[in-house]
Amino acid sequence: MDNILSIVTFIPALAAAFMAVLMRGDDAAARRNAKIIALFATSATFLVSLFIYAGFDPANTGFQFVEERAWIFGLKYKMGVDGISVLFVLLTTFVMPLTILASWNVTTRVKEYMIAFLLLETLMLGVFMALDLVLFYLFFEAGLIPMFLIIGIWGGKDRIYASFKFFLYTFFGSVLMLVAMVTMYMEADTTDIVALLTYNFSYASFDLLGIHVLGGLQTMLFLAFFASFAVKMPMWPVHTWLPDAHVQAPTAGSVVLAAILLKMGGYGFLRFSLPMFPVGSEVMSDLILWMSAIAIVYTSLVAMVQEDMKKLIAYSSVAHMGFVTMGIFAANQQGVDGAIFQMLSHGFISAALFLCVGVIYDRMHTRDIDAYGGLVIRMPAYALVFMFFTMGNVGLPGTSGFIGEFLTLMGTFQANTWVAFVATSGVIFSAGYALWLYRRVVFGDLIKESLKTIQDMTPREKWIFAPLVAMTLLLGIYPVVVTDVIGPSTEALVTSVNTAVAEAGFLTEAAEVEVAATNSH
Amino acid sequence: METTLLFAPLVGSVICGFGHKIIGEKAATVTATALLFLAALLSWITFLTFDPALYENGTYTKQIFTWIQSGSLDTSWQFRVDRLTAIMLIVITTVSSLVHLYSFGYMDHDPQWKDGESYKPRFFAYLSFFTFAMLMLVTSDNLVQMFFGWEGVGVASYLLIGFYYRKPSAGAAAMKAFIVNRVGDFGFALGIFGLFFLTDSINFGDIFAAAPTLAETTVSFLWTEWNAANLLAFLLFVGAMGKSAQLLLHTWLPDAMEGPTPVSALIHAATMVTAGVFLVCRMSPLMEVAPEATAFITVIGATTAFFAATVGLVQTDIKRVIAYSTCSQLGYMFVAAGVGMYSAAMFHLFTHAFFKAMLFLGAGSVIHAMHHEQDMMNYGGLRKKIPYTFWAMMIGTLAITGVGIPLTHIGFAGFLSKDAIIESAYAGGSMYGFWALVIAAAMTSFYSWRLIFLTFYGKPRGDKHTHDHAHESPMVMLIPLGVLALGAVFSGMLWYNSFFGHADKVGAFYGIPVAEAGAHSEEAAHGEASGHGEAQGESTGAATETHAADTGHGTEATQGEAADHGAAAEGEHHLVFAGHPGQGALYIAPDNHVLEDAHAAPAWVKVSPFIAMLAGLGLAFLFYIVNPELPKRLAAQQRPLYLFLKNKWYFDELYNVVFVKPALAIGKFFWKKGDGKTIDGFLNGIAMGIVPFFTRLAGRAQSGYIFTYAFYMVVGIAVLITWMSIGGGSH
Repeated sequence: MDNILSIVTFIPALAAAFMAVLMRGDDAAARRNAKIIALFATSATFLVSLFIYAGFDPANTGFQFVEERAWIFGLKYKMGVDGISVLFVLLTTFVMPLTILASWNVTTRVKEYMIAFLLLETLMLGVFMALDLVLFYLFFEAGLIPMFLIIGIWGGKDRIYASFKFFLYTFFGSVLMLVAMVTMYMEADTTDIVALLTYNFSYASFDLLGIHVLGGLQTMLFLAFFASFAVKMPMWPVHTWLPDAHVQAPTAGSVVLAAILLKMGGYGFLRFSLPMFPVGSEVMSDLILWMSAIAIVYTSLVAMVQEDMKKLIAYSSVAHMGFVTMGIFAANQQGVDGAIFQMLSHGFISAALFLCVGVIYDRMHTRDIDAYGGLVIRMPAYALVFMFFTMGNVGLPGTSGFIGEFLTLMGTFQANTWVAFVATSGVIFSAGYALWLYRRVVFGDLIKESLKTIQDMTPREKWIFAPLVAMTLLLGIYPVVVTDVIGPSTEALVTSVNTAVAEAGFLTEAAEVEVAATNSH
Repeated sequence: METTLLFAPLVGSVICGFGHKIIGEKAATVTATALLFLAALLSWITFLTFDPALYENGTYTKQIFTWIQSGSLDTSWQFRVDRLTAIMLIVITTVSSLVHLYSFGYMDHDPQWKDGESYKPRFFAYLSFFTFAMLMLVTSDNLVQMFFGWEGVGVASYLLIGFYYRKPSAGAAAMKAFIVNRVGDFGFALGIFGLFFLTDSINFGDIFAAAPTLAETTVSFLWTEWNAANLLAFLLFVGAMGKSAQLLLHTWLPDAMEGPTPVSALIHAATMVTAGVFLVCRMSPLMEVAPEATAFITVIGATTAFFAATVGLVQTDIKRVIAYSTCSQLGYMFVAAGVGMYSAAMFHLFTHAFFKAMLFLGAGSVIHAMHHEQDMMNYGGLRKKIPYTFWAMMIGTLAITGVGIPLTHIGFAGFLSKDAIIESAYAGGSMYGFWALVIAAAMTSFYSWRLIFLTFYGKPRGDKHTHDHAHESPMVMLIPLGVLALGAVFSGMLWYNSFFGHADKVGAFYGIPVAEAGAHSEEAAHGEASGHGEAQGESTGAATETHAADTGHGTEATQGEAADHGAAAEGEHHLVFAGHPGQGALYIAPDNHVLEDAHAAPAWVKVSPFIAMLAGLGLAFLFYIVNPELPKRLAAQQRPLYLFLKNKWYFDELYNVVFVKPALAIGKFFWKKGDGKTIDGFLNGIAMGIVPFFTRLAGRAQSGYIFTYAFYMVVGIAVLITWMSIGGGSH
């Protein structure tokens, strides 16, 4: 199958088109059919994507399953996966059927809802597979529209404000990225990502508006991409859209947002920033490491004082993404492996945590922590699942959460002990907010009148959690299933970055000159 | 066999936790307990048949499968059996299996639960899971797997402390235990990162081999340069402080008494809290080359021993008294490890597990008899009502206070192991440690006897109804007490020579090669120092090397010689440890003579703990038997001091003001002022300027923001495409 990537990418879109064109009516049967078709399409996508995993050769660090053909306006349609992207593809196809299952109780505009999710899946998959700048940009930006609609139409009462914020942030980042892409094309005369990966962008320092830009063009391009990816991550201090978006989004929207959309920033750093602008990355790495460490501590502290369950988990997501950026810009094998691992692990754990909130939100229609307490008495199965993912969230060894945190911290320690020190304190804070949430919601006596009749999880809900539990444990106990796939590619990436930085050896020298210059002033 | 041993508790936990609905509560709990007894049996076989001489470096390892692999980081699920592990195995599985058995009685008809609520399978599943995690901790062959066990026992502890989840205090205590432990783990994790950074490995074998190099390495960490060995030993010890409730990170342990009493016996007395001591002993090759760090360990240990004992003097909750006693005894162990006498630390860990588990289970029996009343002020005169429990508690008290015949090796378990530590502290040159421990020994004796006198002697106090219905516990609770009593009486005498005998015995026990003093050039200095430098003639440096290289042979030979010398060997310190780091379960550096110096300590040093014990006993007798009004008067007279002790030196209050409140305040500040005012405020400012502009552009569409977005994107793409076609992007 030469075009398996396209097949995987477009199955959901085809299903969406089918529903849009052929399905009519809004009675119970039509709603049911829409759900079944969506579940069927996403499941099929997942099953087909397993062939990608099966046929993938980890030892080959280049792109595999590459498809390339001419497209409109002389643009190229080029897709492919390597060790860095292949598991994100699988994460996406794995999470989507669960998302559909979690939306089984949606009643308003079910068909449109399912179409939005199916389109979203296609666009997200495209992001992880695109090997052409323009194609990437299209998928990257277009993916926001369905998410936007999901929040805007099926969201909570402040959805307008949330989408508005989301827009502003993204607008700013994307414009800069677009400018950078144009510059790259002018410079390298190609939009082919594979070719760009080997192209050496100039790193000769220059002065711009009186500011000495160390690393020159690379630094400028890096910053432009950074603006977009940092918002997507999201990194402190451009993270404030995320808690609002999560709070307003429906459960399934939060799941996709946390599990997959947040990974696009990290993927972008690994696909573009680090390999294409190694010198720019090196110039900026200290700043980013510090931003990550601050993010971990800052957002963990903020998470502690939240009163809304979803907001708390959203802030904890920002903290966890801090580990990712930190690992990436530590730019060593443990750091980058850990960053990818952390993203995958966060995909399972945060998805599950948002689903946990969804379970009780469906019953009580509130996310106020104070409205709960003592759930363990009536919901033992729920208490167990929630405990499991709470422990995953605090990075308990044996769950996938540990491996990512541990590797990124280990990588960072080699790069900057101060940052590692500050970031490691995150393990204390995460225990603080996660266990406090758990204690207030699940422990204690069940005295609130409204909770006296609450029911434990239904079989459908249990089945949604089962695969997530399995993956969290599998990755925690036998992480080799991930590290074997990504290892060779990350090793190649780290080596090429380090070589490029070493070749640009002028850095330290230039920095000294700069320091000397500053001193003489 | 080791695999069965290791996984039996896990299997038990899973069957019990998830299978009880299918096979029934009774069958589930019995299965878990049976599997634990199986593990205990296998552990004893391992301990008794384990011969370090059979294996290279006295260590047997086996890989299960790979774990974390990333670049040069190579971690496996792998177990390691050496003497240290074997000691821990029997401690863990013996106490755990007895606690399982005991729980059948103690947890039956627990008044915390309503009728029809199923809690027993959950309790047994947690206990078994804890045991599994603890076994993973002690059988680990690398630091990361150890960390797995380390955090695993933390979770089990969290779940069991919070077992009575209806009680808000239980939830709070559980959370506190986990978070304070995490503070320790913070240090532990940094230590692991540092070790990997410097040695490129986290496997014990590689780290031990690299330890001497670390001693000469400086590493830049935070603001300055450090000696690598000292820094790493210190960071790892921070982890140990958390787990073993040492001063500054001790606050969780007394609160952990919120859990059911069998849990306190298993986790918070015998096993989990000793993990820190185990860690320090396990890392002995690193500790031996980190003098500043070990000095710090000694000071913290001694101060904890003293501090916890002072608080124990005035507590009235029977479990809290024992909890502070545990904290204090752990301090003893750290002093021993700090002065380089790891074997003495392990000795006390070993004996302490028996008598402290017994004290807790005995306390549980009292609490059971008194319908879950825990305040000793409401006890009194229970000797006749619960005679078996009384005798068990009596034996435990005799053991912990260290009753024995001075200057001989005959006595209760605590007599031998505690005296070994106090002598080591003296021999190790830590006068602060020595005196702190002697004074703590007096206080230990006082509060232990106070507990006995208040509970079992005098007139019944408190609720008359409760006293009238006080009843002896069932057999399933008394049998574990009996078994532990055997340990409390005999474990010290039986294993004294292995843990704290002469170098040859200790060496054979741990698989550490020994050589004759003076034979090795490095030993010359030592010979002069201890005044026993007589070289045994024919031995040369080369001979020592042979001894060291061939463990089995060397051990055999030295044993033979030891037999020749017989009892006359007393005082003749001609055998010294001569292993390399990683050879044998412990590493004793060539310049570490604490063992022989401790044996040669003056008589007054050896007798001092005994005198301290008598003083404590006498005072307790005076206070609680002769003149029961005395304590009240003294408390009234010394009110500030009394309150200071009663409130545990105000650590909780201090931490609340210094850490908890500010953390929440800063969180709130960041949220409202940082995220809210500054970041969003800034954005809203921009938004006010930009958005109307775009909205106008988009033609005042109703849902302007979505439209604007789509519009801008289309414009962007159009611009790009146009520009590309013009610029020749299409080939």
